[in-house]
Amino acid sequence: MSTTTTNEPATVYTPSADALGAVLAREARPPRAGAWSASLTFGWRAILKIKHVPEQLFDVTAFPIIMTLMFTYLFGGALAGSTREYLQFLLPGIMVTSVVMITMYTGVGLNTDIEKGVFDRFRTLPVWRPAALVGMIFGDVLRYVLAATTIMVVGLVLGFRPGGGVIGVLAGIGLLVVFSFAFSWIWTMFGLFLRSEKSVMGVSMLVLFPLTFLSNVFVDPGTMPGWLQGFVEVNPITHVVAAVRALMAGDWDTGETMWVLAASAVLLLVFGPLTMRLYNRKGAR
Amino acid sequence: MSAPAIETSGLVKTFGDNRAVDGVDLTVPHGTVYGLLGPNGAGKTTLVRVLATLLRPDGGQARVFGRDVVREADAVRSRVSLTGQYASVDEDLTGTENLVLLARLLGHGKRAARDRAAQLLEAFGLTDAAGRQVKKYSGGMRRRIDIAASILNTPDLLFLDEPTTGLDPRSRNQVWDIIRVVVAHGTTVLLTTQYLDEADRLAGRIAVIDHGKVIAEGTPGSLKASIGSGTVHVRLRDAAQRPEAERLLTTVLGTSVQAGTDPVALTARAGSADSERGAAEHASRALAALADAGILVDDFSLGQPSLDEVFLALTDRKPEAVA
Repeated sequence: MSTTTTNEPATVYTPSADALGAVLAREARPPRAGAWSASLTFGWRAILKIKHVPEQLFDVTAFPIIMTLMFTYLFGGALAGSTREYLQFLLPGIMVTSVVMITMYTGVGLNTDIEKGVFDRFRTLPVWRPAALVGMIFGDVLRYVLAATTIMVVGLVLGFRPGGGVIGVLAGIGLLVVFSFAFSWIWTMFGLFLRSEKSVMGVSMLVLFPLTFLSNVFVDPGTMPGWLQGFVEVNPITHVVAAVRALMAGDWDTGETMWVLAASAVLLLVFGPLTMRLYNRKGAR
Repeated sequence: MSAPAIETSGLVKTFGDNRAVDGVDLTVPHGTVYGLLGPNGAGKTTLVRVLATLLRPDGGQARVFGRDVVREADAVRSRVSLTGQYASVDEDLTGTENLVLLARLLGHGKRAARDRAAQLLEAFGLTDAAGRQVKKYSGGMRRRIDIAASILNTPDLLFLDEPTTGLDPRSRNQVWDIIRVVVAHGTTVLLTTQYLDEADRLAGRIAVIDHGKVIAEGTPGSLKASIGSGTVHVRLRDAAQRPEAERLLTTVLGTSVQAGTDPVALTARAGSADSERGAAEHASRALAALADAGILVDDFSLGQPSLDEVFLALTDRKPEAVA
């Protein structure tokens, strides 16, 4: 029997039959928590985790700032004649890139979280099954909003002037967050499916790099060779960027916006159930 | 209340080639502690995970309070609670936050959840640590918050998977006291353990499990009777007297005596007596015989058969991994 290091209070705990008996009394149980309420409660857990481990906000603040500064000053002069002009084109795109990149942490976080015993407890609770994962992604949505806001503030400071005004900017961020929420389910699937945090990272990078760079984020696709334009055309990121750019510029593009909403619905309907299937079978190893 | 708390027949769970649970038939009555005793890797945890609806069995049936663990998993979940082998609360959160979180998930309102959390923390002696992250708790405190979380809505069946492994003796005693109170209030407890001693103290019935199979089942008394009653350990003052002591013990106890690598130690089974008193009598006669012969004894003890000995007796072989 190993002796554990204790930092117990000086008064030694002696279980009291009376006190324990009182908590064990079988009172009428409350009605079951609803799906929405359970998801929100899990979302609260995600926020508490941010509160206790604030370092995890580094990747939603520092990373986007670096991305914005780097690309604006690196390419601005060469691509658009001036950094300020390039920023008008780049900012919505770099915002999409950063937030979509951050979605991969959903998978990484789930992968580390699920290896701990607490998920066993969650899975034995009589609540709506997807709640634990939905709540987790709710927490992540908060991170997406934070990242988008950070970039917007940096952009405004550097001289970004959105033609769509406050409404346009909010609508753009809103659309991006909706898409990212749906997109996250790809990573929850990988988070459950792959063995380690590192492999989740690896797969995410493999998918995200081509997806974000081979798009209309950084340059006008018109300058690309034909075959590459073909890929850029079908790349969902291109459509998200086009829609967000239009919203922020104030010329609402119904076609692209609908495309993004439809893509979000498809992602959610495909990867949501796949994720839940894996989640229910988790532990079968 | 008519169906047993747990009833399994021919239950199988395989992982590839490994038959972790290999045809288990078990009946656990209401309102008792039922012990699952076995070494690491015997299949105890897998069995518990199947019963707690965390794993789907590959064959056979398992019912909890008459409900099938696969087809009626939700009905089972509303009556059971699991305290896993590893921390089953969120280590990043404080004690209060963990309990409020679970209370909310179980349907309590905000206010009721806070009250319930405070009440539980008080009863488990964790009020002072309520605002601290669980990762900063000691081993004993962590186990207590685990159990507190498991009885948030007093469950009808509580799974405790090796609740005292790695705890210091004082914390282990606290856990034992808590388990006794929990059972006294009508909750059935399925307890897995590697320690015969623990199963003996707490459980009304024990199933000994090895390689996924139940190799013996019964009350602690009947199990001990079936495997012999105890072991005498002797330490002599003078190594030179060991051959004589060994001869004496062999005669008095009527069993073979093992002389280990320690030059002053001797170990022997205290007869094949079928009751505790029989073993004690044998042991006291042995001690008297040693004293009469003028052999100086530094230490003399009668211990329960160890898990090793239980397995030796039940399987005629050495278990590979008894911790």
